[in-house]
Amino acid sequence: MSETKKITVATTWLDGCSGCHMSLLDIDERLIELAQRVDIVYSPLVDGKHLPETVDVGIIEGSVSNEEDLAKAQDFRRHCKFLISLGDCAVNGNVPAMRNLFQLDAVYDRAYSENVQHNPVRPDDGVPALLDVVKPVHAVVPVDLHVPGCPPSADTIWFVLSQLLDGCVPNPNEVTRFGA
Amino acid sequence: MIPTPATNVRVVTFKIDDRDFSAREDETIIQVAWENGIRIPSLCYLEGLSVWGACRLCVVEIVGSPRLVSSCSTRVAEGMEIRTDTEPLQAYRRMILELLFSERNHVCSVCVSNGHCELQNLAQQCGMDHVRIPYRNAAYQVDSSHDLFRVDHNRCVLCTRCVRVCDEIEGAHTWDSMGRGIHTQVITDLNRPWGESDSCTGCGKCVQVCPTGALVQQGTSVGEMHKDRQFLPYLSRMRDAQ
Repeated sequence: MSETKKITVATTWLDGCSGCHMSLLDIDERLIELAQRVDIVYSPLVDGKHLPETVDVGIIEGSVSNEEDLAKAQDFRRHCKFLISLGDCAVNGNVPAMRNLFQLDAVYDRAYSENVQHNPVRPDDGVPALLDVVKPVHAVVPVDLHVPGCPPSADTIWFVLSQLLDGCVPNPNEVTRFGA
Repeated sequence: MIPTPATNVRVVTFKIDDRDFSAREDETIIQVAWENGIRIPSLCYLEGLSVWGACRLCVVEIVGSPRLVSSCSTRVAEGMEIRTDTEPLQAYRRMILELLFSERNHVCSVCVSNGHCELQNLAQQCGMDHVRIPYRNAAYQVDSSHDLFRVDHNRCVLCTRCVRVCDEIEGAHTWDSMGRGIHTQVITDLNRPWGESDSCTGCGKCVQVCPTGALVQQGTSVGEMHKDRQFLPYLSRMRDAQ
């Protein structure tokens, strides 16, 4: 097989359940076809530890809920030519954003005091600080394509990726919606 | 409410999206369009209830007129040229939907109406794949005091179908709206918990006409709330025949 230059892809998960990545794996045997055409250079699913300087396609799952999420989203925007918000958390905040109805102090208290029997203390070391408001990815960096769904189905993800590989910009609304 | 036309109704001819139509002059644009498979989006309009004209999703262009009109509250007229799906209309509809999604808390993935929601479907149909404006993140109450039904104001779009069906079909007028502008809320009786309402007959018509997961049956979980509106055309036909 002639080895044409593969398209590089990076993925990351912010505040989400990793279900969108599981859905990506659910494309089953089509993963082989995908692997022949793309190189996943950075992802929770592969070993690469550093985001390369330039990546063709970046895929972000999850909402922007803490300082680390924000830094990752900005990093992806800086290094990826085409950025995809994958799944409802990335697209609209979804379940993580339900804490926006409460003050941040109340959220911390709920997690680290009210439901804790032993040594209730708010962590300030080794974990990223929560942001006041959970936001979708496009609220902090420009996003090129939104793929709603909770999670987007494997067929949806395959539709989006294969269209992109064929040089088209897909319209995900043809196959998915909020909450799908 | 549109004024009642004279009893001697004429037939008029007009165009919708460059197709020729004729209809009685007392028909509205949305009625003729829907009868002919032209699906103008709408949330507050429901056949069998009075016309409200609040959601503005059904706005259409009339050639030669500088302003948009809501097709649910505008009658067809002789020579009218109506456009239902131009790019500006698509942009307005998408903006309306984004405003609705940003105003309250529509978390489709965990909503009892997921998969059976008119708001969710309209977003998909109208090409809304994300909300460009910031979310308001305002907290709203959930009233579970009624034995059979529940109201989640987080999901309400203020279409007032519940208010109209309760008043016009059931004749109870349990529902009404309170407040103005963004502070408007639907209420039962004089803003008492639904379960304490003296006027509610427990018929559930409000639940069935609600386009979203705002009014639902108790005991439903994510995606389990299916609405059944078959009673409405039947009841309104029977009423008209009287």
